[in-house]
Amino acid sequence: MTKKTKEPTLDFTTDWAYAPAPEDTKHISLKKQYDLFINGEFVKPNSKKYFATYNPATEEKIADIAEANEKDVDNAVKAARKAFEKWSKIPAKERGKYIYRIARLMQERAREFAVIETMDGGKPIRESRDIDVPLAANHFFYYAGWADKLEYAFPNRTPKPLGVAGQIIPWNFPLLMAAWKIAPALATGNTVVLKPAETTSLTALKLAELIRDSGLPDGVVNIVTGAGKTGAAIVNHPDINKIAFTGSTDVGKMIQKAIAGTDKKLTLELGGKAANIIFEDAPLDQAVEGIVNGIFFNQGHVCCAGSRLFVQESVADIVIRKLKDRMETLIVGDPMDKNTDIGAINSKEQLLKINKYIKIGKDEGAEMYQPSCGIPSKGNFCKPTLFLNASQSHRVVQEEIFGPVLTVQTFRTIEEVIEKANNIPYGLSAGVWTDKGSKIFNLTAKLRAGVVWANTYNKFDPTSPFGGYKESGFGREGGLHGLMPYLKF
Amino acid sequence: MARLEVLKTYKIFIGGQFPRTESGRYYPLKNKKGEVIANICLSSRKDFRNAVVAARGASGGWAGRAAFNRAQILYRIAEIMEGRKEQFISELLLQGATIKSATEEVELSIDRMVYYAGWCDKYQALYSSVNPVASSHFNFSVPEPTGVVAVIAEEESSLLGLVSTIAPVIAGGNTCVVLASESKPLCAVTFSEVLNTSDLPGGVVNIITGNSAELHSHFSTHMDVNAIIYCRKDKSEIKTIKENASLNVKRAFIYNKETLTSEKAQSPYLIFDLQEIKTTWHPIENIGSSKAGY
Repeated sequence: MTKKTKEPTLDFTTDWAYAPAPEDTKHISLKKQYDLFINGEFVKPNSKKYFATYNPATEEKIADIAEANEKDVDNAVKAARKAFEKWSKIPAKERGKYIYRIARLMQERAREFAVIETMDGGKPIRESRDIDVPLAANHFFYYAGWADKLEYAFPNRTPKPLGVAGQIIPWNFPLLMAAWKIAPALATGNTVVLKPAETTSLTALKLAELIRDSGLPDGVVNIVTGAGKTGAAIVNHPDINKIAFTGSTDVGKMIQKAIAGTDKKLTLELGGKAANIIFEDAPLDQAVEGIVNGIFFNQGHVCCAGSRLFVQESVADIVIRKLKDRMETLIVGDPMDKNTDIGAINSKEQLLKINKYIKIGKDEGAEMYQPSCGIPSKGNFCKPTLFLNASQSHRVVQEEIFGPVLTVQTFRTIEEVIEKANNIPYGLSAGVWTDKGSKIFNLTAKLRAGVVWANTYNKFDPTSPFGGYKESGFGREGGLHGLMPYLKF
Repeated sequence: MARLEVLKTYKIFIGGQFPRTESGRYYPLKNKKGEVIANICLSSRKDFRNAVVAARGASGGWAGRAAFNRAQILYRIAEIMEGRKEQFISELLLQGATIKSATEEVELSIDRMVYYAGWCDKYQALYSSVNPVASSHFNFSVPEPTGVVAVIAEEESSLLGLVSTIAPVIAGGNTCVVLASESKPLCAVTFSEVLNTSDLPGGVVNIITGNSAELHSHFSTHMDVNAIIYCRKDKSEIKTIKENASLNVKRAFIYNKETLTSEKAQSPYLIFDLQEIKTTWHPIENIGSSKAGY
């Protein structure tokens, strides 16, 4: 145990540098100013206020975004209510065809969406191009097909739409979260007032343009931009039947409390602090890829990120050495470069929060490790970071950081790791790495989490229900189960 | 001299034991004529907290039982209820029911328990799915019990309301702490005795008697309770419960009489309310000819 691992053990000082491979950004169309999308058209905000959205990698302003106040939200809800009367009554197969149109248009404009997503949010273009945008389009395509088949999904029941859904989404997967919210709501015959996060409004507004172009009836989807106050106006609006929220556990609890005296239905997809568990009989090289993907995917801005690594003691040294080697090869920098692995932190505010936690981790006595890579001098960037010898009571182990920061703990027995993995208020996801099938099923049954990845991590699909246990929220998005939160029986 | 009747002491049910309330408090239960029938435990916050400890302790074992075994135990509960039918009826009569309505209520309660016994190993098939993901993974979703459920049971329908709420909770592998009807608590105590002789592990169902106005905030603020079901009508209690539920993101359900006690009320959707959906992914090795096996 006293043996010190060399770090890193592989020599990376060769000619392995990648030439820059920037994605072309000239083909996209962006306006200087974006208004609110209400009742099928873009309208100026009653607030008369606009706020700027920045590229977090360059700190350059991209556009001005309208700030919706209570009056604007009220107009959006009125439009949605009016539209609901027709939308919920048109033949279900026609409803489905509208949604199919949206999916197809998104596929056609996929590259433009990917570039804007990366520009506005800072995620690597490889991820927005290969994951966010295709998954968003697929989500519409998948739920389109459900529209005229709902009675098959719920035996012995006749499902009915709820009415107007108020949907509030986070900044980590802006377009994908919009799709996760809008697609099932429309397929089930509801209408929508959606608010994107204030740092990442652009792809939602581009989606509004696309929805307008698709010919979807006016008012079925309304998109209002703004920050927390705009969100509160949606949550507290008396004529909304359903709130669907993805974001932090703190805000989720506030929403649950705020609507306590009403009949609004609620879905919450909240924070997480997932255990990623590596057993000694795991395929270690694959596991290391899984660890890297688990925590550094989307700069760690992932509610289901594998942010707590548990390695069986017998293989801890070798796994940590391999992990450090792998981290040495990660490319941190320009999100628009096709070789980039870790892009920009979404906002200054979030970067400050991550740095605060890095300081807390060091102060608490965990051993910090970062690879030797440089980071750009401009923009919001953070090196991938490990905290070795972390203990269960450390704040960096207990609290969601939402950045590229991984805590590492070791364990000896299955009982011990199950106890540690579950001993947290969150229950969104977990990862298990072992070559033994019966052990996988033992673990997957005992981990109190809504999504368990075995010998893989951070995989998503429209057919696959996603959502949490405990304080990670309730309700599911995706799959057949994702229809339920938008229906009454 | 005529034989002197032996009166029953009505106690609460925690962790498979029948203690009195730790508080030492009681309230007198009176019949229509205003005569005291029994002294009922006026349970405290501490009793509730003890019951949650018992429910949490029983949770893993109950959820881990074979579904078939849970079905047999629920059926056994129905069997023992049938044997105690006359006692339930006489208690309902004492509490002011007519013989017709009491008999109906008891019979429906027993049949309802049989109904949910049958669901124990079937709802999983109804609510599971194999999800055809586009990547090379095997992906499936299954329901799992939410955990510890706090229940404030129906006030009027003191046996049927109780059974209709508890049965779907435990059929789904959860454990629970239940506040019985305050004005009609007798059947709840007798039902505890049924549970205790039905091979139901101690702590799976805990039943206390007392006052909702006093206890509902404790039921809803407890941080080790995963879900709460409220079956009464008090609007202010409903609001408090739903607000408090947000403290640890409890799943809160407000059931009305229609949901629970009507003939059509029994449903696997009530089991589903107390289930969490877990989705599991595993890669599929993708080698060999795509035609292999076809």
